[in-house]
Amino acid sequence: MSSNATATVVRTGAGTRFVIYTLLTLFCLYYLLPLYVMVVNSLKPLSEIQAGGMMSLPDQWTVAPWKSAWSTAQIGVEATGLKPFFWNSIVMVVPAVAISTVLGALNGYVLTKWRFRGDTVLFGLLLFGCFIPFQMVLIPMARMLGLAGLAGTVPGLVFVHLVYGIGFSTLYFRNYYQQFPTELVRAAMIDGAGFFTIFRRIMLPSSGPIAVVCVIWQFTNIWNDFLFGASFSDFDSQPMTVALNNLVQSSTGVKEYNVHFAGAIMAALPTLLVYIVAGRYFVRGLMAGSVKG
Amino acid sequence: MTQVAKPRRGGSDWLREALPKIVLSPSLAMVLIFVYGFIIFTFYLSFTDSRILPSYDLVGWENYSKLFRIRAWDTAVTNLLIFGSLYIVICCALGLTLAILLDQKIRAEGFIRTIYLYPMALSFIVTGTAWKWFLDPGIGLQAVVRSWGWESFTFDWIKDGDMAIYTIVIAAVWQTSGFVMAMFLAGLRGIDNEVLKAAQIDGASNMALYRRIVIPQLRPAFMSAFVVLAHMAIKSYDLVIALTGGGPGTATELPATFMYSYTFTRNQMGIGAASATIMLMAIAAIMVPYIYSELREKK
Amino acid sequence: MTMMKTLKMTAMAVGLGAAPAMAADVEVLHWWTSGGEAAALNVLKEDLAGQGIGWQDMPVAGGGGTQAMTVLRARVTSGNAPTAVQMLGFDITDWAKEGALANLNPIAEEGNWDEVIPAALQKFATHDGQWVSAPVNVHSTNWVWANKAIMDELGLEEPQSWDDFVAALEAAEAAGYTALAHGGQAWQEATFFDAVVLSVGGPEFYQASMIDLDPEALGSDQMKEVFDRMGTLRGFVDDNFSGRDWNLATAMVINKEAAFQLMGDWAKGEFLNAGKVPGEDFLCFRFPGSQDQVTFNSDQFAMFSQGDGVSDEQAALAKAIMSPEFQIAFNKVKGSVPARTDLDASALDACGQRAYEDFKAAAASGNLYGSMGHGHANPAAVKNAMYDVITAHFNGEYDSETAVDELVTAVEISQ
Repeated sequence: MSSNATATVVRTGAGTRFVIYTLLTLFCLYYLLPLYVMVVNSLKPLSEIQAGGMMSLPDQWTVAPWKSAWSTAQIGVEATGLKPFFWNSIVMVVPAVAISTVLGALNGYVLTKWRFRGDTVLFGLLLFGCFIPFQMVLIPMARMLGLAGLAGTVPGLVFVHLVYGIGFSTLYFRNYYQQFPTELVRAAMIDGAGFFTIFRRIMLPSSGPIAVVCVIWQFTNIWNDFLFGASFSDFDSQPMTVALNNLVQSSTGVKEYNVHFAGAIMAALPTLLVYIVAGRYFVRGLMAGSVKG
Repeated sequence: MTQVAKPRRGGSDWLREALPKIVLSPSLAMVLIFVYGFIIFTFYLSFTDSRILPSYDLVGWENYSKLFRIRAWDTAVTNLLIFGSLYIVICCALGLTLAILLDQKIRAEGFIRTIYLYPMALSFIVTGTAWKWFLDPGIGLQAVVRSWGWESFTFDWIKDGDMAIYTIVIAAVWQTSGFVMAMFLAGLRGIDNEVLKAAQIDGASNMALYRRIVIPQLRPAFMSAFVVLAHMAIKSYDLVIALTGGGPGTATELPATFMYSYTFTRNQMGIGAASATIMLMAIAAIMVPYIYSELREKK
Repeated sequence: MTMMKTLKMTAMAVGLGAAPAMAADVEVLHWWTSGGEAAALNVLKEDLAGQGIGWQDMPVAGGGGTQAMTVLRARVTSGNAPTAVQMLGFDITDWAKEGALANLNPIAEEGNWDEVIPAALQKFATHDGQWVSAPVNVHSTNWVWANKAIMDELGLEEPQSWDDFVAALEAAEAAGYTALAHGGQAWQEATFFDAVVLSVGGPEFYQASMIDLDPEALGSDQMKEVFDRMGTLRGFVDDNFSGRDWNLATAMVINKEAAFQLMGDWAKGEFLNAGKVPGEDFLCFRFPGSQDQVTFNSDQFAMFSQGDGVSDEQAALAKAIMSPEFQIAFNKVKGSVPARTDLDASALDACGQRAYEDFKAAAASGNLYGSMGHGHANPAAVKNAMYDVITAHFNGEYDSETAVDELVTAVEISQ
């Protein structure tokens, strides 16, 4: 982690810089276009959307779709909007992210600083677990949750996300801790510090950047998950994505696209917030080791 | 060698020795049961006549022989090859390019970076609709460009069976390339500037600097990017459902949609399990040597 | 837990003794989340509330119920089955075969269900002589929706035969309209297919090919004619049809961009919502050549067995679903017709009354057929195998001859 966090020293001329800025701006447009479509149409009355011209700005601006998506849109029998489902998602996401991050950190710590015969194989096993398609595990997982008495509960859902998130969080922390000077750990051991003391006093204080990466990754994946959320939740614990899906996918009714888009942006706000707040640390975190294997 | 440190102390030696393994064991147990156990379970199911729910009557290779007679499976596999390779290559190329551009002391770098990154935050349940509209020739890009006066402008890939899979690539690249960019950017920032300065003094051109010195040093970043992208490509499901629903016809079917459809929509769980098994074996054939070689080199 | 143990435990009979929701509450898994549908369902909820029974709502929308069926499987496997579940056609039969559904015979006898529900629906609502579900509505799918202004402008009458219809489509196309509004999704093309099969070979052919899955009928020249006609219809669809949602296709008819659409009666809601009046702004008529037949799909509520037979709450729910008041109130909102044939339909609108009369007549004369496109003619595996062929042909991947061969193979593989 001795790298300096400044941009490259490669020098570029004025002409080149013009080209670079143009390119960067063009790509900004590419990334922003879908968001533009969503935002613009979420601020139009439905009649304008139905009349066509979904790329154009609203003739008549309105925030009614946003209000509707938040508190009055039809999700199920009751027109509750997305409001009540936010809490369900948060109750599930926060523990799942917290636990998988801590477990990932501990695993990474063991796999790099307390190595033993076959640890690389174990890491490989954990890593390969990232690739299992979720559709495949649905039925056996349901059975296991039922046997454990966790069917339809929030802890059950948290557990499922934990199981399938552990591979990536271990990957991030392992690659990060690998750069961490082992001498420090060894010195602490000779001083008589125990396993957890070293972790708490030496590893944790410098784990901030990678924790951000891990949290962003896990938060995004768990918050946006639909399949597990729909299958393993109960009527009173359905997460946000299921509600959003119910809002958007209604089968035979009129599709209120403006409300759909407002709801979609709303559902993404927590993740967007995490990106904006933690974004600065994100690259720093990645830089500090996770990509340096 | 394998043991990093082994201080000799009496007393609670056993606990000291075992503690790291104890800490690791819950994760390992979870993965063994819920990943590898389920893989074995699926493998078993692929030889049974399971339909709506798992059944335990063995039928031999029947599911596999049926699977290979289903045309949509061929399409799905071919599509994954096209989609997966294009997606990974384009994401890496684009991510690297953007990272290099963004590494040139750009003003408002943080702002631009956030713009490139945000698509990862959105779920495809609805972004899919925005993309679908945008790609639809009747109302999206084609219609807009034509309304600007370029009457012959045509962009109707999403309606064209041969081209539709490429629209999936466009949307998928949109979602993840920013993330890949961040990984490469981080890698670039980790490169020792002294080496670059020295090479510059020797008169190396910018192109040569990047080709000879910078990019080779980004190898670990490629590894992480590859793992993340390959995992995304294999699991791409929401994206296809939201954008094309597998159509036109079955033109954009992917193994993930195929597997879901046979297991859950068509109540042919046996065939679904067979397709999952084949998919997993293919993933293993590609990933295991790769992971192995990457992990081995560092010893 | 060892792997073998895991396998064995998973192998145990799948959780049929589902844990009930709180006493005197019903947990209902359904996919009716649009405004109108939910309003209709609310009628049921209020009814139960009046009897002191709480309603725990478990909506999972998407894919015409396929998403909800996936969730159902996870729920049942985990031993946490909902009390009542919205279901379609062969899904009910499949779950009944697993022995997961409660026997509703006591309620059915009391309510005289045997008499008031047509045999074609009973085929799905009963299993082995037991009532296992309560039908809520009947949608019929062989409708043509027409923009009346265009028809008047072109001097078109309601077409009575296939040739009439083709002539009308040609006239609309010649006048610069999109003749046929269509969304290129497999189920929408299958909706065409249902009607075309009937128009080509009549009810016997439909029975043989779509319901009995007779390989001879599937591979016959008549089937080739069906695909030829599908090709003809394809010619009247605009270039951008692929992937379009059905309601956007309906909007094309509403906005006078397109003359006709083939769609189930739920399309009516879109017209009404746009302030259009049946008979004045738009017309509805049966697909030419299938005037006497009704292809249907029917939403039903199946009750999951709670250990010892049907619970009091489930009985109350089933009874409420079959009550004449609910059947009328619900179907008025939903655009479909009641599942029982003994009601006064004057509360329904013009199209609804006509549909109800058609439905009763077809039920009485044995002309009521489950729709293949909507999972009421053959099981999900076969249906989807047919979808594959129909949609591949519609998108030009097969010619009619290949399509017929592929259809025979696909149906064989799927069984």
